[in-house]
Amino acid sequence: MSAPHSEAAHTHAHGAHGTHGSGESHGTMGSYLIGFGLSVVLTAIPFALVMMGSLDRQTTALLVLGAALVQIVVHMVYFLHMNTRSEGGWTMMALVFTVVVVLITLGGSLWVMHHLNANMMPTPEQMSAMP
Amino acid sequence: MTATTPAHQPANPASFYMIEEDHHPEGSTAFGFWMYLMSDCLIFAVLFATFGVLSTAYAAGPTPKELFDLPLVALNTAMLLFSSITYGFAMLAMEKDRIRQTQIWLAITGLFGAAFIGIELYEFSHLIHEGATPQTSAFLSAFFTLVGTHGLHVTFGLIWLVVLMVQVGKHGLIEANRRRLMCLSMFWHFLDVVWIGVFTFVYLLGVL
Amino acid sequence: MFSSDFLKTIFGRLTLESFPLHEPIIVATFAGVVLGGVALFAAITYFKLWTYLWKEWFTSVDHKKVGIMYMVLGIVMLLRGFADALMMRGQQAIAFGENQGYLNAHHYDQVFTAHGVIMIFFVAMPLITGIMNYLIPLQIGARDVAFPFLNNFSFWMTAGGAIVIMMSLFVGEFARTGWLAYPPLSGLDFSPDTGVDYYIWALQVAGVGTTLSGINLIATIVKMRAPGMTMMKMPVFCWTSLCSNILIVASFPVLTATLVLLSLDRYMGFNFFTNVNGGNPMMYINLIWIWGHPEVYILILPAFGIFSEVVSTFCGKRLFGYTSMVYATVVITILSYLVWLHHFFTMGSGASVNSFFGITTMVISIPTGAKIFNWLFTMYRGRIRFELPMMWTVAFMLTFVIGGMTGVLLAVPPADFVLHNSLFLIAHFHNVIIGGVLFGLFAGINYWWPKAFGFRLHEGWGKASFWFWVVGFWVAFTPLYVLGLMGVTRRLRHFDDPSLQIWFVIAAIGALLIFLGILCMLAQFAWSIWKREELRDVTGDPWDGRTLEWSTSSPPPHYNFAFTPITADLDTWYDMKRRGHERPVGGYRPIHMPKDTGTGVILAGLSVVFAVAMVWYMWWLAMLSLVAIIGVAIWHTFNYDRDYYIPAEEVARIEDERTRLLQNATLRNPDSPRDQDRPSFGAGPAAPAEA
Repeated sequence: MSAPHSEAAHTHAHGAHGTHGSGESHGTMGSYLIGFGLSVVLTAIPFALVMMGSLDRQTTALLVLGAALVQIVVHMVYFLHMNTRSEGGWTMMALVFTVVVVLITLGGSLWVMHHLNANMMPTPEQMSAMP
Repeated sequence: MTATTPAHQPANPASFYMIEEDHHPEGSTAFGFWMYLMSDCLIFAVLFATFGVLSTAYAAGPTPKELFDLPLVALNTAMLLFSSITYGFAMLAMEKDRIRQTQIWLAITGLFGAAFIGIELYEFSHLIHEGATPQTSAFLSAFFTLVGTHGLHVTFGLIWLVVLMVQVGKHGLIEANRRRLMCLSMFWHFLDVVWIGVFTFVYLLGVL
Repeated sequence: MFSSDFLKTIFGRLTLESFPLHEPIIVATFAGVVLGGVALFAAITYFKLWTYLWKEWFTSVDHKKVGIMYMVLGIVMLLRGFADALMMRGQQAIAFGENQGYLNAHHYDQVFTAHGVIMIFFVAMPLITGIMNYLIPLQIGARDVAFPFLNNFSFWMTAGGAIVIMMSLFVGEFARTGWLAYPPLSGLDFSPDTGVDYYIWALQVAGVGTTLSGINLIATIVKMRAPGMTMMKMPVFCWTSLCSNILIVASFPVLTATLVLLSLDRYMGFNFFTNVNGGNPMMYINLIWIWGHPEVYILILPAFGIFSEVVSTFCGKRLFGYTSMVYATVVITILSYLVWLHHFFTMGSGASVNSFFGITTMVISIPTGAKIFNWLFTMYRGRIRFELPMMWTVAFMLTFVIGGMTGVLLAVPPADFVLHNSLFLIAHFHNVIIGGVLFGLFAGINYWWPKAFGFRLHEGWGKASFWFWVVGFWVAFTPLYVLGLMGVTRRLRHFDDPSLQIWFVIAAIGALLIFLGILCMLAQFAWSIWKREELRDVTGDPWDGRTLEWSTSSPPPHYNFAFTPITADLDTWYDMKRRGHERPVGGYRPIHMPKDTGTGVILAGLSVVFAVAMVWYMWWLAMLSLVAIIGVAIWHTFNYDRDYYIPAEEVARIEDERTRLLQNATLRNPDSPRDQDRPSFGAGPAAPAEA
């Protein structure tokens, strides 16, 4: 708390007047083409793996998931222009928070429902034994 | 650097208020729209979670292996991917203030988007024709809802795109229209990201 | 027959039998509402207020007016929700043995469902959103929210949802499922009537408004803070509101999506939550609580913020542990996402899952406890002024701590197996929601009323209301704790064991005391408006406040601040006063402001039409209104003329008037205007406050 004025001057996001209105970076022809090329490859690989079925099931599933994960990052970087700087880092923070919440929702639901189904749902044998 | 003004000294109003110039907070639209997209993520998270939980609840109905036509899905994916890059070109044209070029790229994006919707509708009608209706099993309910919600988003994107083409034609690439084009850009690329999840979890892992 | 088919196409399943003419209670209520409505309508017409209301309020995008409209909506709906509560307490107090009480099961089930839905969605949410709307721009030194039109639209969507739920009272019926409409009971097989559809569409319409307002307020806090106000110099109320709105944006979509799945089941025969074809009702309960648990933190966090502001102001001290308060809030925000399963420990997810969620639930009490200690340490050695906001705060701390402790009891899965769905649970969540959220709102209303209207609330009526509420709360809910421990479950209409009756009678007496508390509060508002000149505050800072909203006039001009304030320290306004603040009295510039628009009202009105058409299966009307909604929304985007400048002369006129008032006030009380203006402590209900 020694020098509040100087602190305010350079830590506050609003201090930077006129740097950009809506003029965030829109990327360049090059970055769009790189993103597109990577996306094509990362789409083609999983489709090819599944359609040819040359690898075993588990390996294919892992590779497909991996490709999807990488492609999502590619889209984020090259098409949505995500970086840690835009809007003073708030967009990135919002994204990280959302990813965490989405993972909790997805993973939690699957985990909880798996246990509920295992404990509470009748097995086919029980079903057929019912009057 | 001097410390804060002593308490008893009458201070200059300029140390309390923006006296000399007006305060113009920068635009919130891009950030606000990003927040909307994040909330949309949660809607899709629920649909993905529901699909995940119900993905084997076939209820003696058809299974993904019997239903899904991967070459068709690949074609559909290509349509959406092409529309993403053409939208990127529209944004590049906008950066260079080329109204005509922007509109042309928007139109091409719209055509790819429409093709995507067309193929999806064809797929849906084909499934329903085969008796794989959403009422058949919980798996199919979840499938139609997840994929259909994505399709509905794309449809709204198309309507928005047409409206923007008209507005760009009417007013040119003014600040408001640039802002709107950028929001639609985020929306469009966001839908492409969601589609990665759809084709991976629903189609590819489904038939595996 | 031709005519019946024709009528069916036009009116869907709406027939004359849909009007519950056989229920005398509803008919009498309806008659009352019609009479009241006609009287209100006639009065507005007679005093030629329609144009004024439309221009100054309904179409206003001013965050202060939108905030006040939210508060009015919340208080009106509080009366409806509380009427339901009184009916339940009355029924349970008499329905023993031979006596079946005065409500049949069909009606009683609607009453408890409506009570829950209304109190959460149309009382607590509008009141919280209203207070956030009013205060956030003022506290951060902004002139409006980030998206003013959206703000107006959000309010009208919330109001639209309230209208849909109120319609269900008189046309058709409301859900009989409990406030979260668990399937399969809420599925078409077991609830074929309009009740659940009213529930779904009321919440969907209001949910759009809530989500958009959440986005709006986040953008406002993140992007529109005054120069110098870093995140860690922001008032605590803004911090808790930010976290609350983050939770709104991250959880309301879950509710929307879940209800969409339920409607697909009901309208199109899908099989998400049915008992056949692979459907899984447990999934609904899982999903609805992923929304439901964050929801209670959406309500309580802003209340925590209000208490922080009140404690700091009325103890004349900087809030103890500001940083820890902020971190506690953030930790609660994230943890609130990890506890949803504690609402259904008994559904059978097993030991591993239950222990995980039991532990996360107990962990939440740590940051919450830290907050309580922060408030206590702020009070410690402070010069405490026990005015109404501070009294509500103390009542909150005493009440809420007990509610929190019963919550920790419920978080223990084995204990929950005994207490689940019992009246103990009912007592617990009323303990935290009334003792936390509602007391917080009352503290906030008493605290900020002078800011919003330029005069204080009468202290005598306020104290009467306070004591009736606090005592009434404990008389009403302590018996429920006892009954819950004895094993009485919730939502029962009739009891066989006569030994229980005394507890329900006591609870009913408590409800009547609360009723007196509500009446005193209304009297407090009316009296204060009537005697507003005696209670007038011209300084704009009646409590010796610490945050920026107290730096402007009361009520603030519609541009809030003639000059944007610069923040140098936490408690900005206190810091300004300490540094010898002087108000600039000239050199005004034109101020850029958003234009009012009626589009929000139109869009929300069309949404209500759509909702009602869907409830009654009037497909043509649903299609038509949906097309109209999209059409109006697109038409609105063709309007580029959305802002204007308030001319500098106009600003000068308003500010000069304030300068004059301030000078007069100083002339009358040259020494210490603030102490002179404050009403005395012991003023009884009837005694006017001293001028």
